[in-house]
Amino acid sequence: MRMFRRAAMALAFTTALGVSADAGAQQRIKFELWQGLTGDLGERVNDVCKRFNESQAEFEITCISQGSYDSAVQNAIAAFRAKKHPTIVQVFDAGTTDLMLSGAFYPAKQLMTDHGQTVDWSRYFPGIANYYATSKGELYSFPFNSSTALLYWNKDALAKVGKTAAPKTWEEVEAISRELKKTNTPAPFCFEHDTWQMLEQFSAIHGLPIATRGNGYEGLDAELVFNKTRFVDYVKFLKKGLDEGIFAIKEKAQGATIGEAFAAGDCQMTMMSVAGHGTIGKTAKPGMNWDVAMLPVYEGTKRTNSLVGGASLWALSGKSKDEYRGAAAFFAFIAKPESEEYFSTVTGYIPVTIPGFKFMQDKGFYSQSPYKGREIALESLTASEVTPVSRGIRLGGMIQIRKETRDALQAIFAGQMTVEAGLNQAVERGNAILRRFERTYAGKQLP
Amino acid sequence: MENRAHFRTLWLGVALILPQLLLVLTFFYWPTGAALFWAFTLEQPWGGGSQWVGLDNFANVFSDPFYWASVGRSLVFALGAASLAMGIALVLALFCDRQLRGYAYYRTALVWPFAVAAPAAAVAFRYVFAPEAGVFSALNQIYPNIWNPATNGTHAMIMIIVAYGWKYIAYNFIFFLAGLQSIPRALIEAGAMDGAGVLRRMRDIQLPLLAPTFFFLLVINLTDSFVDSFGIVDITTEGGPSKATELMVYKIYFDGFKGLDYSGAAAQSIVLMLLVMGLTFVQFRYVERKVHYK
Repeated sequence: MRMFRRAAMALAFTTALGVSADAGAQQRIKFELWQGLTGDLGERVNDVCKRFNESQAEFEITCISQGSYDSAVQNAIAAFRAKKHPTIVQVFDAGTTDLMLSGAFYPAKQLMTDHGQTVDWSRYFPGIANYYATSKGELYSFPFNSSTALLYWNKDALAKVGKTAAPKTWEEVEAISRELKKTNTPAPFCFEHDTWQMLEQFSAIHGLPIATRGNGYEGLDAELVFNKTRFVDYVKFLKKGLDEGIFAIKEKAQGATIGEAFAAGDCQMTMMSVAGHGTIGKTAKPGMNWDVAMLPVYEGTKRTNSLVGGASLWALSGKSKDEYRGAAAFFAFIAKPESEEYFSTVTGYIPVTIPGFKFMQDKGFYSQSPYKGREIALESLTASEVTPVSRGIRLGGMIQIRKETRDALQAIFAGQMTVEAGLNQAVERGNAILRRFERTYAGKQLP
Repeated sequence: MENRAHFRTLWLGVALILPQLLLVLTFFYWPTGAALFWAFTLEQPWGGGSQWVGLDNFANVFSDPFYWASVGRSLVFALGAASLAMGIALVLALFCDRQLRGYAYYRTALVWPFAVAAPAAAVAFRYVFAPEAGVFSALNQIYPNIWNPATNGTHAMIMIIVAYGWKYIAYNFIFFLAGLQSIPRALIEAGAMDGAGVLRRMRDIQLPLLAPTFFFLLVINLTDSFVDSFGIVDITTEGGPSKATELMVYKIYFDGFKGLDYSGAAAQSIVLMLLVMGLTFVQFRYVERKVHYK
C-alpha cells in the first residue's frame, strides 16, 4: 500500500513538472516532419530535429518515424487526402516522380525565396541535386540523406592472393575471385537481387541508359532499354561467376544480408551503400581489415558519376504560412556546414553541399577512422560531369519496375530463365507499367 | 425446444446490433465502395485527378498471365494449408478425445499457437526454415542446397503453408474437440461393446457425426487462407523467390501500397472478394448437401 502511494505521488510530481516545462514551449509554432528511417538512423534524424529546436525559440519541429520509406510515402498520401498531412515529408528516390506530377508540394526554391532565405543553389553537388530537380535544374526538394553505392572489400582476404589495392575493373574482380576460391575462402564476391547497385548504378557509371528520354526526365513516354545495353553482358558475367562458384548470392531469406555476411567475413567483396559504412565499422569481426572503393567498371570504360540514393525532404502544400516559415528555417538550418558535419558524423550519409564537404575535409574529418573511406562516395558522385543518363531516374511506377526486374533476376540466377528472356520479360512488363503510369497522368507534363 | 430471445420493443434490438452494424459499415462497406469506384478509374496517388477507364483495369488484370499464376498459387496454398491444418487437428482431436492420461494438459497447450500473432510466428518460422541459419543448416551441410526456400519456389511454398497451418491447427483443434464431445458417449460405448476397435470407432461413428464441424471449418479455413496469409508471406518470403509465393492478397498489397497503383490494386481486391464469395457459395450449395445434421 505504501509503495503504491509513493509511486502515485512520484507520478503526480513528474507529470506536474512535465506540464510546467511544456508551458514555456507553448508559444512556439509547431510543425511536423514525417521520416522513413528507423532504428539507429531514425534516432539520428530525430537528433537533428532536436538540434533545430534547441538552436532557436520561434519554431518547434516534431519528427515522427513512419517505419520505412514506403510507409512514410503511403502514410503521407493517406494523410494528404484527409488534409491531416505534415509540413515536411521524407520521400525516397522512387517516390519522387509521383509527387512531382501531383503538384501537391511547395517547390524548394520557391519556398526559400518566398520566405526571404537566400540559398546558393549551386552549392549542391550536381550529381545529388539533379535527382530532385526539374529537367531545367530547379530544385523541388531538399537533398537530405544522400548515399551512393561503393565496393566494400576485405583487405586481409585480398592480401592472401597478393593484392593490396581494390579491383578497379570487373575483369580484375573475376580474376581475384578465382584466386580466392583456390584458397577456399568463402564467397569471394557476393551480391543480392537488388536493382539499385546491379542495374541502376552499373548503368550510370558506364554511361548506359536505363530508359529512353534521358531515363525519363524528358517525358512520360520513355521506354526501358536495359535489355539492349551492356547490362545484358553484365548479368551473364554474374551468372557465369555464380555457376563457377566464385560468386555468391546473399539474401535476408537465406540467413544473412550482404552487409552481415561481409561483416562476418563470409563474403570478401560486395557492393553496398555508403550508408552502411558506420554499421560495418561497428559490426565487423574484430581485427578485420576492410575498406571501400569506387564500384568497378569494365576495362576501357570512361567512368561516369554514380547515382545518388537515399531520400530528400519535400514541403507539402496546404499548410499555413507560419508552418512554411518554420519549414524554411529548418531547411536553412540543415544546409549549414555544421549541421552537415553533424549528420555525416553520426550516420554514414555524406554531405550534400560542396562547401559542406570542403568544411569537413579541412577539419580532417575524412582522415580519421571510422570515417575514413566515406569521401570515396563523393569521389564516385563527382567522377564526371553529370550526363543525361547519370543525373537520375525519373520513371513512373519505379517500385513496380524494380520488382519486375528483381523477379526476373531471381529467375535468371536460379537458372529458370535465360538472361535474354528474363531481361526481355522485365522490360516488357516494365514498359506496360510505364504506359499505365502515363495514362494515369494524361495531360500532365514532367517539370 | 429452442431458445430464442424475444424483444418486446424494437429499439432495444436495434440498439444492440447497431455497434456491430456501424463497424461493418465503416470497415467493410465503405472501403469496398471506394475500392469499387477506384477499380473503374485510374487514380493518381496524391489525389488531384482521376480518369474514368471503365472495365480497363479488370481487362488488364485478367489478361495478365502473372495474375492467373497468382490465382493458381493462392488456390494451391488454400487447399494445402486447409488440408494440413484440418488433417493434423483432426488426428489430435480424435486422440485427445480419448481422454488418456494427461489429456487436460494437451487440450490446453494445443490451443496456444492460435494466440500467437501471424507475423510473430512468421519471424520464428523464417529462422527455423532459413537454409544457412536454422535447423536445416545441418541438413544443408551434408547435402548442399537440399533445402533452400530463398531460391527454390516449392520449398518457399511449403514453408508458408507450414507457417500458416501451424496457427490454424490450434484453431481447428478446438472446434473438432468440441464437436467430438457433443457426440453422445453412449454411441461410442455401444460400438465398443460390439467389438469395434479404436480406429473403427473413429472411422464409422465419430467422423460421420463430425461432418457439420468439418464443413464449417472447411469454409473458414479456405476463406481465411486467402486473406490471413498476408502476414506470413510479407515476413518470410515477400512473394519470392521469383513470384513463387506471390499470393493474390500479397500482390494487391504490393501493387497498391508499395507500387502506388491504387486502381490496379482496387480491381484485384474486388476480384478476390468475388472469388472468395464464389467459393463459399459453391461450398454451401454442393458440400453442405452431403453433411448430415442431427
